[in-house]
Amino acid sequence: MSIIFNHVYHSYDADTQLKTDALSDISFKIEDGEFVGLIGHTGSGKSTLVQHMNGLMKPTEGEVYFDGKDISDKDYPIKELRSNVGLVFQYPEHQLFEATVFEDVCFGPLNQGLEKKEAELRAFTALRQVGLEETTYYQSPFDLSGGQKRRAAIAGVLAMRPKVLVLDEPTAGLDPKGRDEILSLVKKLHDEEKITIVLVSHSMDDVANYVDRILVMNKSRLVYDGTPKEVFKHAEELEQMGLAIPQVTYAMHALKKAGFDVPTDVTTIDEAVDRIIKCIS
Amino acid sequence: MIRDITLGQYYQADSVIHRLDPRTKITGTFFFIVTLFLAKNVWGYVIAAAFLVMSIKLCKVPFKYMVRGMKAIVILMLMTVVFNLFMTKGEVIFSFWKLSISKEGLENAVKMAIRLTFLILGSSIMTLTTTPNSLTDGLEKLLGPLKKVKVPVHEIAMMMSIALRFIPILIEETDKIMKAQMARGADFDSGNLVKRAKALVPLLVPLIISAFRRAGDLAMAMEARCYRGDSGRTRMKPLKYEKRDYIAYIVIILTLVLCIVFGRNAWWMA
Repeated sequence: MSIIFNHVYHSYDADTQLKTDALSDISFKIEDGEFVGLIGHTGSGKSTLVQHMNGLMKPTEGEVYFDGKDISDKDYPIKELRSNVGLVFQYPEHQLFEATVFEDVCFGPLNQGLEKKEAELRAFTALRQVGLEETTYYQSPFDLSGGQKRRAAIAGVLAMRPKVLVLDEPTAGLDPKGRDEILSLVKKLHDEEKITIVLVSHSMDDVANYVDRILVMNKSRLVYDGTPKEVFKHAEELEQMGLAIPQVTYAMHALKKAGFDVPTDVTTIDEAVDRIIKCIS
Repeated sequence: MIRDITLGQYYQADSVIHRLDPRTKITGTFFFIVTLFLAKNVWGYVIAAAFLVMSIKLCKVPFKYMVRGMKAIVILMLMTVVFNLFMTKGEVIFSFWKLSISKEGLENAVKMAIRLTFLILGSSIMTLTTTPNSLTDGLEKLLGPLKKVKVPVHEIAMMMSIALRFIPILIEETDKIMKAQMARGADFDSGNLVKRAKALVPLLVPLIISAFRRAGDLAMAMEARCYRGDSGRTRMKPLKYEKRDYIAYIVIILTLVLCIVFGRNAWWMA
């Protein structure tokens, strides 16, 4: 169940003067069960990249393989791919349309050709997984709060039982509490349901706290691919790209400068606490 | 995809035509259309074509880009041609089954095809080289005299410019919503008519809701900046005719006159 990008290029308006490259020579492989963070500045090609994962966009050059098969093949079952790779877009407003949250979540499974009963069962399971209160199930999706809408949107994709879940900026526009709730929900889905997760974000702290591996995009190219520790070593280069490193890593750098003997490759708060205690005791 | 619709979209470039006063371009386009319908023989069309080629050369918009916008009206054009071809009575030159093509029909079909193509190319030069804002500014100024008979010209122009302003935004939004629903397995292009119409619901509901939200936000933002219609309103960039505008007027009127003089004879006298 791996996703492989092999020298993928994608350009918009290829035949006009307005030609712009959104992806240039992207190669990587995502294995089953990984928790990957994708970071990059606005316009770096992140969104274009994730849309290649479920075949909403096709490479202009190069190939994308899902489970060993080229998704650009003429006879590739694209609907099946979209069931396997669930993509949740940034704005839940773009997908909620039914009269009730429950009906809306049923939309995906019904499109998969499931019986009504089976679809409803899946919708219930998905709504429970995302932790929405039962009183909201029969409310209009437009009456929900921002965080609840986001959950409803995630449930709408989860109900299709994807093997890979791609979330495009799931925390944008949420307050800190809503953000933590969504991220721990995603973490739970990864740990308990064994779903492969690709998390697109430009918050370094979000990414550092949850993911095992980070892909960094800059100006349509993939510049780094590694564990948070490896990637955040390149603090200066990341800053030049308009990105940052986690705040706690900055704090560790400052402590080191002030004469404390702490490592500077720390990326999460828990780890930082451990190291600081070790250093002063 | 849906972004390929270029009709009515502005193309950024630095050309004489771009710099012309919007009023000149609107009147010019109007005169060009009149010219097209006055042309009765080959010379009339040659003169119109020469004017069109000159404008296309001057406006620095790639011809390919213009043609792409025409794809949208190909069906309309085909229908016009087919109807003209078969429905015109006259000297029959070809017939099969119940259909027959007359000499006049063939002539009419060719004429209509040329006229429509020129008409659309001509007016797309106007929209491609003029921003929606200056277009409505120009229109407002041209229709100004109507204010005397209590026509709310300013309000109409404002509504038009807002509507035009929102076209690209809504197109982009449609694209995003379509993708979000396709990711959930929605299928927009298969099945019979009823099924397709039903498939549009998940697209239209979010689109309309978002359009209403945007309209509300915009109204609020306008009120916050004390917008209250036409009364006492001044412009940041008042429209002013330059030398190039007078030259453009002379050229377009010359085209019209030439077309009347040389193009008024019937088709077969050419």
